[in-house]
Amino acid sequence: MALLEVKGISKNFGSLLANNDVSFDVKEGSIVGLIGPNGAGKTTLFNCITGIYKASKGNVKFLGNDITNLPPYRVARLGAVRTFQIVHTLKEMSVFNNIIIGAYLRESNSEKAAKIAEDCLDICFLKEVRNKRAGDLTIGLKKRLELARALATAPKLLMLDECMAGLTSTEVKESVELIKNLKIKGITFLIVEHIMEAIMPIADKIVVLDSGIKIAEDKPEIIIRDKRVIEAYFGQKFSKRLQQKGGAKTNG
Amino acid sequence: MKNKQIKKLDIYWFIFIIILFAIPLIPQVAGNTFIQHILVLVLLYASMSQAWNIIGGYCGQVSFGHSVFFGIGAYGAGMAVVKFGIAPWPGVLIGALAAMVVAVLISYPCFKLKGHYFAIATFAIVEIFNRLFMVWYWVEGALGLDYPLVEEGWKNFMWYETKIPYYYGALILFVIIFGLVRFIEINRFGFYLQAVREDQETAESTGINSTLVKLMAMGLSAFLAALCGAFFVQYSLRVDPPMVMCLSISMTFVLVTILGGTGTFLGPLLGAMILIPLQEYTRVLWGGLGSGIDLIVFGILIVLIMVRQPKGIMGMINEITKYLKTRKSNLDSESPEKV
Repeated sequence: MALLEVKGISKNFGSLLANNDVSFDVKEGSIVGLIGPNGAGKTTLFNCITGIYKASKGNVKFLGNDITNLPPYRVARLGAVRTFQIVHTLKEMSVFNNIIIGAYLRESNSEKAAKIAEDCLDICFLKEVRNKRAGDLTIGLKKRLELARALATAPKLLMLDECMAGLTSTEVKESVELIKNLKIKGITFLIVEHIMEAIMPIADKIVVLDSGIKIAEDKPEIIIRDKRVIEAYFGQKFSKRLQQKGGAKTNG
Repeated sequence: MKNKQIKKLDIYWFIFIIILFAIPLIPQVAGNTFIQHILVLVLLYASMSQAWNIIGGYCGQVSFGHSVFFGIGAYGAGMAVVKFGIAPWPGVLIGALAAMVVAVLISYPCFKLKGHYFAIATFAIVEIFNRLFMVWYWVEGALGLDYPLVEEGWKNFMWYETKIPYYYGALILFVIIFGLVRFIEINRFGFYLQAVREDQETAESTGINSTLVKLMAMGLSAFLAALCGAFFVQYSLRVDPPMVMCLSISMTFVLVTILGGTGTFLGPLLGAMILIPLQEYTRVLWGGLGSGIDLIVFGILIVLIMVRQPKGIMGMINEITKYLKTRKSNLDSESPEKV
């Protein structure tokens, strides 16, 4: 059964159509990448799914429940938690307190919540900055902190909005490893990402948006050969590079 | 590590409370009603500001409407004594509950506003309630409620000769409110308050119903502010609308906390410890001329401190201890090399 089903979502801001009849589903235990050029409506779609925007048309089902237009906190309580493209850390609070906020969603006992938070600190390699003010962290650490906070809520579906943009290549590698490890633990991912080297190898399925319309949905190997995607997004040069890489993999 | 620190702090706090209970045993205090008066007011203002601190400090919703809740609490106790001729206690409870209901009802629409706009809306509420109570015949309108002579003692919470029982009354109020805030601070609700203050969108996407959190904080804050109001009317034995439901009382809630440090546990106490002696001593020194001088000095203090440290006195103390700690650890790491 699909964990998340998006059916015919449309969202307009006045006459601007940001999403037009977008449908796809996310299977349990998979990683789905959502890509597309700037302004394609990826973040808008995220906001419609998580209830920050009200969708103009269509509906979203999560675990069989209709979550269309539920307020964000109810969506999060059901187990679909997101991070933001522009990092939203709780600046004045320490890193540990940021994470414990997430842990409190499932655990009202302070000691147990603290334990969950400690685990998430470990998993996301944030041990050294545990007592730092969240506002003082570098962008890479802030993004990881957001992931840790989302993780502490024990989500079923994690929705990451460009969680690797602006990171150094080492940090990107760390994040990819992290996502792989979490997938093994049974968390499903929906990832918006511009860094193809990061998302292509780990995704089970890629959904491509352009000007609010879904133009393709398939496995990464097929997506990189898709003519429309190449025209809209990759450009000729990049798709060749990706194809060579993919080819090398199958040969080896 | 963190839990140990909390416990250590709580032990210090416990000792401090015991000292407060013992203060009236000092002969200089026992014989001097002026000092008693100052002590009572410090405890009362600290409690009031701590009640405000729940919504204004921890939750970050700056409300200038707290004099309304303070006034409703005062009128609750006052009506019980003056109109119904009974002990104030049922009135205290009804007043506090009424304040809570009013707070929730008026903040629900106001919470759609954010930041400064919320503060402005709460300004208007004070004026509305001031006018309302001015013309409300049942509560004696602008004349206000004057307390009759009743029997002294805890039953009526009224004393004429001494202020020591008032001191203990204020201290109990102080312990209840500070204890409650401390309890909230280390539990889930306290963290949720801070999350809502820092970023509402994040709070929502982490599963926090931010509107509910804010309403609960406002209701609790109003309830406690109303208790302080009830104490205030029992202490001054008179209440009229301009005395309680005015912007200057609202400002006191806010300024005391801001000077001490918003969103900090000890901030309201520190702020009250500075404002009240300043206010009372200037009044004694300059008499009628002195009214306002305390606020001038207080205003200058706030400007001076805010320029350096927006978190008030508590923020400064934290800065200094942090500096000393890092210096100490630097010295520690240097010394073995010298040897």
